[in-house]
Amino acid sequence: MTLTSTNRNPQLNSHGELTHLLSTEGLPHEVLTRILDTAAPFAAVAEREVKKVPLLRGKSVFNLFFENSTRTRTTFEIAAKRLSADVINLNINTSSASKGETLLDTADNLAAMQADMFVVRHAASGAPYLIAQHLATTGQNHIHIINAGDGRHAHPTQGLLDMYTIRHYKQDLTQLTVAIVGDVLHSRVARSQIHALTTLGVPEVRVIAPKTLLPSGIERLGVRVFNDMKEGLRGVDVVMMLRLQNERMQSALLPSAQEYFKSYGLTMDKLALAKPDAIVMHPGPMNRGVEIESAVADGSQAVILPQVTFGIAVRMAVMTMLAGA
Amino acid sequence: MNIHIRGGRLIDPANGMDKHTDLFIAEGKIVGAGDTAPERFTAHTVLDATGCIVCPGLIDLSARLREPGFEYKATLESEMAAAAAGGVTRLACPPDTDPVLDEPGLVEMLTHRARLPEFAHVHPIGALTVQLGGKKLTEMAELAEAGCVAFGQANQAIVDTQVLLHAMNYAATFDFPVWLQAQDPFLAQQGVAHDGEVAARLGLAGIPVAAETIALATLLQLARETGVRLHVTRISSAAGIDMIVAARAAGIAVTCDTAVHYLHLCDHDIGFFNPHARLDPPLRAQRDRDALRSGLASGAITAVCSDHTPVDDDGKQKPFSEAEIGATGLELLLPLTLKWAQEMQVPLLTALARITSDPARIMGVNAGRLDAGLPADICVLDPSADFHVTRKNLKSQGKNTPFLGLALPGRVRYTLIDGYLAYNGTS
Repeated sequence: MTLTSTNRNPQLNSHGELTHLLSTEGLPHEVLTRILDTAAPFAAVAEREVKKVPLLRGKSVFNLFFENSTRTRTTFEIAAKRLSADVINLNINTSSASKGETLLDTADNLAAMQADMFVVRHAASGAPYLIAQHLATTGQNHIHIINAGDGRHAHPTQGLLDMYTIRHYKQDLTQLTVAIVGDVLHSRVARSQIHALTTLGVPEVRVIAPKTLLPSGIERLGVRVFNDMKEGLRGVDVVMMLRLQNERMQSALLPSAQEYFKSYGLTMDKLALAKPDAIVMHPGPMNRGVEIESAVADGSQAVILPQVTFGIAVRMAVMTMLAGA
Repeated sequence: MNIHIRGGRLIDPANGMDKHTDLFIAEGKIVGAGDTAPERFTAHTVLDATGCIVCPGLIDLSARLREPGFEYKATLESEMAAAAAGGVTRLACPPDTDPVLDEPGLVEMLTHRARLPEFAHVHPIGALTVQLGGKKLTEMAELAEAGCVAFGQANQAIVDTQVLLHAMNYAATFDFPVWLQAQDPFLAQQGVAHDGEVAARLGLAGIPVAAETIALATLLQLARETGVRLHVTRISSAAGIDMIVAARAAGIAVTCDTAVHYLHLCDHDIGFFNPHARLDPPLRAQRDRDALRSGLASGAITAVCSDHTPVDDDGKQKPFSEAEIGATGLELLLPLTLKWAQEMQVPLLTALARITSDPARIMGVNAGRLDAGLPADICVLDPSADFHVTRKNLKSQGKNTPFLGLALPGRVRYTLIDGYLAYNGTS
């Protein structure tokens, strides 16, 4: 019980419809499923000669990237363009923020340019929430926000495209054992995956990591914690690898990339402990030889490139639903 | 000027008094309490306290006035108006101003600026080390002469334990009290929230309870070593309280306080990244909050303060981890203490002691009581009226509080400072 916090989920309106996509946490099962269902026909669009549909014609999508990213920004850009929206890319760390403009001033200025959608990436957890709340209090509810990654908190479209990928290969999620391996502590991807998996009824979600890369209280999110990778991989249907940043060695969380690979790198040997038809996923960009062996990354069980392809369809679905198109 | 406060319920925790009777004030001092006026007493002003509680003015162990240096966040005028409106008649202000309160001249200037009749009594806490840098001792004797009641480091830790030992030893030489926060700076590095489920969920860097207990162990060991009068500020965890209790049982004369928001909030109140819940130490788990609530009732925690920290909107309208730390509190100290007392069924005599006579003892001042002959620092409050926490109602320049929008019990009707009517809530 809390005294001051509201339980109102800021990404749903009073009718329970999606107005922003900020996190997979708190998204009802049916909303999650609807996003995945909406994405399916968009995946087919990509197969066509003409890859454009006019659903967002005349709409302006602003990519607000306060943190560098080429890959994610590009996939959002492609998704928006396939929906016929106008896309404006802003790399804020090279423009306004370095001139001292506050996050909310930047948001207001772009709102004044008749934006319809903000795709926001920011290094601080919760930054998109701040913008969403600000837009709500200033009566600019017509602008929709998609969180493209905030600090360690969430990366919901990544979580959703992962769900799409799992559903594509495994159909029924309610019979699966899924393992998330790596730097859960710093990973917004892991958090978005965990909430989506538990909401969609995956009966066993495991996290596998050394104790230094697990946040305290992680088991309260509904996951089983394994420190031994071999034990954790036993019998799983899906292996979701996380990226390991080099900074982790500097901050005394790990001794070396080599030792990490030995204990937590995904090799063919370790993968053999999973179910024979297990799939291997990675949000990219991969560090070959650090968290994943090339034989696995390029092997028959890897679905890493399809993830990227599905990612565009899922982002198209999210944009379409937010725009009410 | 003679004042007759009529018809109230007089609560004077220091004297264990709780009865319906009148209070008489002459020439800025308390003359006495009773149903009839003392001989030759003619009231120039009669204040009606019917239905109200008449108690000593509140004493706040930590209120940032933001002067000098941060006048854009708050000024002496705005924060003194907030103090009076909150029934606070005496306060200690931490040294983390700009420049830091590490020179007698600065302390004198501040106390001089604060010497207006409608202003609460201001007691600066001198910096224990120059620039709060944790390296070089300040001229404590000089600072004490200039008006410092204690020495501390605000939220800065002294990392070098040898400097800490020397600082305590030197303070103990003159019997100066040392007020320190227990937070290990390494374990708190980058952390913005209690290290637990909420931080894990929100992806916020955590500050473990061990940051408090490790620093506390160091402080307690060195207090025993040096015999310094140690006051631990802003205890935040159940484990921390247990250590304080054990230290007392082992003969270490340590006092401690917590801030009033910790009695009501825990990490779940961060909600969806509410920057008003960005506090130092962080809001901890529910069980810690519950331990603080009972610890204050039992006296394990000696006093409760506001830890008043006005922050401007620009400082708070940021992502949680980038938002400035702190909450405005001078006007919430009384209502939040009353709310705690109601919920915990703590008698008013005890509850009011925690914000009057107990902090007075820690501060080492002869105040916070209604003895005849003492300066008439009085708070008259209506316990049945609510204080609505709104931006408009807050007199402090800082509107930053997680309690915005709530109605809290207890409204100040009058505040007297040295017998001067500093606040009149009826007009």
